Amino acid sequence: MALFDIHALWDGKLFDVQSLLPGKPFEFKGLIKGNQSKIRGGVHPEPRKEATADRPIDTGFPLPPMLYLALWQHVGKPADPVVKVGDKVLKGQLLAVSQGLVSAPIHAPTSGIVADIMDYPSAHPSALPTPTLLLEPDGEDRWMELPEKIDPFSLSPEEISLRVGAAGVVGLGGAAFPSAVKLNLGRRTKIQTLLINGGECEPYLTCDDRLMRERARVIVDGILIMLHGLGAQKAIVGIEDNKLEAYTTMRMAADELSEGKVEIALVPSFYPMGWDKQLIGYLTGKEVPADGRATDVGVLMHNVGTAYAVQQAIRHGKPLISRIVTVSGGAVGSARNIEAPIGTPLASLLAHCDYRPEDTARYVMGGPMMGESLPHPNVPLVKGTCGILALTQEEVSASNAKSCIRCSRCVTACPVGLQPLEMVARIRAGQLEQSLKFGLKDCISCGSCSYVCPSEIPLVHYFKYANGELLTRDQANHKAEQTKKLAEEKLARLERQKQEAAAAAAARKAAAKKPKITEQAA
Amino acid sequence: MSTSMLSAPFTRSELQIQSIMLTVVLALAPGTAWGVFIFGWPALFIFIVTVASAIAFEAACLMLAGKRVDATLLDGSALLSGWLIALTLPPWAPWWIGVVGAFIGIVVGKQVFGGLGQNLFNPAMLARVALLVSFPVEMTVWANPISPFSSAAPGLLDSIAITFGGLTPADGSTGATMLGWVKTEFSQGRLLDQSLATGDYGFYKSLLGWTGGSLGETSALFYLVGGVWLLKKQIITWQIPFSMLATVALLASVFTLLDGERYPGPLFHLTSGALMLGAFFIATDYVTSPNSPVGQMIFGAGCGLLVYVIRTWGSYPEGVAFAVLLMNSLTPVIDHYVRPRIYGRNRKGKPLELPEGRE
Ligand code: SF4
Ligand code: SF4
Repeated sequence: MALFDIHALWDGKLFDVQSLLPGKPFEFKGLIKGNQSKIRGGVHPEPRKEATADRPIDTGFPLPPMLYLALWQHVGKPADPVVKVGDKVLKGQLLAVSQGLVSAPIHAPTSGIVADIMDYPSAHPSALPTPTLLLEPDGEDRWMELPEKIDPFSLSPEEISLRVGAAGVVGLGGAAFPSAVKLNLGRRTKIQTLLINGGECEPYLTCDDRLMRERARVIVDGILIMLHGLGAQKAIVGIEDNKLEAYTTMRMAADELSEGKVEIALVPSFYPMGWDKQLIGYLTGKEVPADGRATDVGVLMHNVGTAYAVQQAIRHGKPLISRIVTVSGGAVGSARNIEAPIGTPLASLLAHCDYRPEDTARYVMGGPMMGESLPHPNVPLVKGTCGILALTQEEVSASNAKSCIRCSRCVTACPVGLQPLEMVARIRAGQLEQSLKFGLKDCISCGSCSYVCPSEIPLVHYFKYANGELLTRDQANHKAEQTKKLAEEKLARLERQKQEAAAAAAARKAAAKKPKITEQAA
Repeated sequence: MSTSMLSAPFTRSELQIQSIMLTVVLALAPGTAWGVFIFGWPALFIFIVTVASAIAFEAACLMLAGKRVDATLLDGSALLSGWLIALTLPPWAPWWIGVVGAFIGIVVGKQVFGGLGQNLFNPAMLARVALLVSFPVEMTVWANPISPFSSAAPGLLDSIAITFGGLTPADGSTGATMLGWVKTEFSQGRLLDQSLATGDYGFYKSLLGWTGGSLGETSALFYLVGGVWLLKKQIITWQIPFSMLATVALLASVFTLLDGERYPGPLFHLTSGALMLGAFFIATDYVTSPNSPVGQMIFGAGCGLLVYVIRTWGSYPEGVAFAVLLMNSLTPVIDHYVRPRIYGRNRKGKPLELPEGRE
């Protein structure tokens, strides 16, 4: 059974929620509403959130000696530096501008001196060096001149998108897609509902949970600003029912500030509830067509952290220069959420939380279900990093794959409705094209299948490999076709030239003959 | 392959093959114990012989194939297959029936196909049918249940002789199964209530399993309880057992209403023979059943239909093994045509239509 586990609701939570909502004892049943039938697949990994969920966000993280700002830490084109090595910059100052339609600028997380622009290991499983701007903090942490506070609702919707874009806000849930581009799309397609993802279904991660508990009013304000920017009337925030404190806080803030425009909804907790399409289906009953976007069914989704960043950008003119990141895992002595400047080496964050490198079997950026494994933690924090985990050997229990026993657990667990066992059988046999017929391209790499497989088959690993391989082949084919086309064009051109030359010669001949004919005719 | 941890997820559920197999074995234990209890020492002997040979054959095959013996043997799948084969045998069958059965199940039914997860047919059912066709006499000697405390129960020495020495059981200690009895009686023109009376049929007796049959054909109750426990442990899903039992019950109800003189009712069918064992433990075999919930419903219903048809009109009194094998052969077809719908696509795999008014 992989669907929503009704029993989990009864583990005393029923009574918890009643005590949390004094005077509204019977509301709980009404809270869990939504389209249960739209929920597909899913698993219940151990949440492991206790270590960080009840500790306040640590805002006292000391500035590291150097910040490493990757120029390409968002979806789209990399940012282009507008400062030179040796320049003195202030906190919040623009360092690199966005290039093209889909891109995001980078700002200085603190005041200091641009030490270098060089290739530095990136926050990627390969940790390959990418162009990075090194900023040496001067310790003063001096803000640039901030614009005067304005009333966001006096701005035009277009102006809101522009400002969000200029502040470098990207999706903070991990996708790092430029938020302004999404807002523009939503406004153009006249979406009806803005959905805010407070699911946070990955184990360990609690950064959104903490943010909602501590800064609910700011988030709700940010949501209202986004609604204004979208020209939409209605927002729904989906929060998993294992985050009741976040729920109540958000609900109070929404009641107070939003005049009914922002609804806070409890959603069942399981993985992957935070998959945007799962949340869309549950909250609105709609299904996004395979070749479409969420906006095609009239909704747009943003993450709670993004709503926060939007509020900061519009109300206070503060660009996105820091984020809240969960530092956790068995090898971390004092796990917690930290508000840290972008560009902080992950190793400093871990060190700040007393981690034990000798106990660390694996560094994971993001959550354990979909996160990336890092070879070492000496890579910088980027805007899309929700968490850095130092996992011990027990937590990543070594595995050895056995044969598939066709137990179909992976089929039941897949939120997309794929048959992972069939795909993996084709991939293992080298028939990559065959696996496409089973929907390989629709796989979202959520990891639910690998998680449940009792034979410990690394299914997602195969799918990623196959997708990569097929992509390379496609590119190779494309290139071959291009070359062929060019060759053919060249042949055709030569042929044409030959024919033209022949025609010209014939014409010359004819022209030379003509007078004769005329003569004869005459 | 140990690349798994290079790629997410970095956490996995605790459940592993071994624990699945052992849970199933545990769920089978009460029913098996009951069988041994009512059929005495010979039942225990044939059980041990069959399970031990299954494990031995598995080990031999793995060795021949050059695979790691210890790791694969420990997964418990050979133990489970052997156990299920033993449950299909007449409790007083001679020892070599168990050895041949284990050979057919493990070597022909499983390893020839490439080992765990590769076989098309349920190994235990394949073994049973092959034995039934090849050794019809030995495979249809059904010991009557007898209390181990009764003086008529075979003693240890007699039991050894029954299993290992080819001793023919004493007159009156064997008989027909209830399904077989009803069938032969009917062919001799006797009506149902007569044959049930002469066969000394009682619903509670049948439910509890005080009846002749193979080891696993006795107690519907114990296998039902074991099966429900497996459901609760989420080792099996409800689709196959439910659709199989419901189909048999439905057909039996319809026919008994049409002609109560001839066709026994649903309760008779549900508590007789190997139906409970089959519905919860045999048809639900992961390897040989479809992998989508809808496919499993079809599969279960097909099994139920065939069981009823064979029991009622076929030439064998019990049809679970044939029914499961026939449906096993359809599993690839079912899996090919019945797939879960992919998100954002229709059943044909084409993207869903965009809603009205959206470009
Ligand atoms: S979960 Fe693993 S063993 Fe089970 S069917 Fe899927 S791939 Fe095979
Ligand atoms: S990783 Fe892909 S195949 Fe596996 S459960 Fe997720 S979507 Fe399905």
